[in-house]
Amino acid sequence: MPTWTSYVLLLAVLGLFGVHLAVPATRAWVWKVLAVLGVGGVVSGSYLALAVAPADHEMGDVYRIMFAHVPEVWMALLALCVNFGASVAFLFRKDLSLDALSEACAEVGLFFGTIGVLLGAIWGRPTWGVWWDWDPRLTTAAIMLVVYSGYLALRKFVDDPEKRATWSAVVGIIAASDLPILWFSVRWWRSLHQRQSGAGKMDPTIWSILMWNTAALMALTIVFAYQRYRIAQATRAREVALPSALPPDSGDVPSEAA
Amino acid sequence: MIDASAERGIAFRPQPIGLFHSAAIVFWKDLLIEWRTRARLNALIFFAVATLLLFSFALGPDTALLRQNAAGYLWLGILFASVLSLGESFRVETENSSMDGLKLAPVDARAVFLGKAVGNGPMLFALSFVLLPILVALYDVSIAGGLAALVGVLALGCAAITAPGTIYAAIASNARARDVLLPLLLFPLLVPALLASVKASALVLQGDPMHQLGSWLGLLAGFNLIYWGLGFTLFPRVVED
Repeated sequence: MPTWTSYVLLLAVLGLFGVHLAVPATRAWVWKVLAVLGVGGVVSGSYLALAVAPADHEMGDVYRIMFAHVPEVWMALLALCVNFGASVAFLFRKDLSLDALSEACAEVGLFFGTIGVLLGAIWGRPTWGVWWDWDPRLTTAAIMLVVYSGYLALRKFVDDPEKRATWSAVVGIIAASDLPILWFSVRWWRSLHQRQSGAGKMDPTIWSILMWNTAALMALTIVFAYQRYRIAQATRAREVALPSALPPDSGDVPSEAA
Repeated sequence: MIDASAERGIAFRPQPIGLFHSAAIVFWKDLLIEWRTRARLNALIFFAVATLLLFSFALGPDTALLRQNAAGYLWLGILFASVLSLGESFRVETENSSMDGLKLAPVDARAVFLGKAVGNGPMLFALSFVLLPILVALYDVSIAGGLAALVGVLALGCAAITAPGTIYAAIASNARARDVLLPLLLFPLLVPALLASVKASALVLQGDPMHQLGSWLGLLAGFNLIYWGLGFTLFPRVVED
């Protein structure tokens, strides 16, 4: 399988997302195309990973879980980085849609991160002999999952939308301090988990299938985050609109619209 | 100059108080409240001592095992007590809306952070000193050899708990279910600091043949640097209206 096919898929996903951002009129259908690309890409990517990719000369077939594990964690980190960016931007701009974006990205990131860590544990059992080990990469990954669970819990505990947005942004910024440590942990402490690989360090077929899966999961990440963002926006609109949307004579609630 | 402006009917304006001065005032105010009631430190000591006792009951009378894990129990005791201490330090501000009064004074919010964080640090530090003799008595460790190094580890570790703890306590004190929220937010974040503190204390208590103490202290110092910086920068956003 030539590498350029995967790059075409990746570019198509990114291009469609660019169109989605640039032309609001296309937002009704672009995400559906992305969803089809994502699901189709994951299905075909799984076939490529299981049947087409050559077996590893040391790990045999076990390594094939890498084709799902690595892109899942990449997408988790990507979504959580967007969460960090949106949190910082919120503190400057005070725009509730940025808060909706950070909520959406935190949930999607936590979802992909959880799947990625579970897949890693399944891989670790036959390879390392244990489901879990407290090596720096796994420890920081576990911290990431629990920290962002706390972040989402905080959102449930605060009712005022403005306060919730500000506090979540602060917690999101503090939580993001784990992400660079997670990424660089395999370089700083050479422990059990192997280092990041690159295009030059692996078989071109394996690399292109990994890229194919990454592109497909990128499409799904965008679709999930966009849909979650829409829900979050709608929730905010309802929270903000409720008092003035009431009819003026509905009991003793003073209405500003009246 | 003042005389001239007074003659023209312009009121004398006091100079705004500097950041560190107002931080010191907030710190002094909290210390005074604590000294007059002495409720918090007493409660903390009893709580932490009870925690240490419970650990030894949970494991049974195996002295070798207890000695081996002493550093971990010490830091868990401090960590659990820190949640009480941090929550209490902001409860006095939410009662009677004292925080609004502080903000109207006007006190720079960063000064409130510094005052609170610097106030909570010594509280935990003092607590850890009370726990040391109990550690010796219950878990049969010897601290005489590395007392100076242990004091350093305790100071760095307590500071590492306080900086993120102060900012999260400020958030939790205004939210629903604050008693649940503070540990939920704080404990995962403190895992690296807890790890480094426990490892460093264990190395001090049990000997350091491989000279690893420096790298753990470095990790603690880095953790402190990051979270004191983040707390100082972000705290004004937490308490603003």
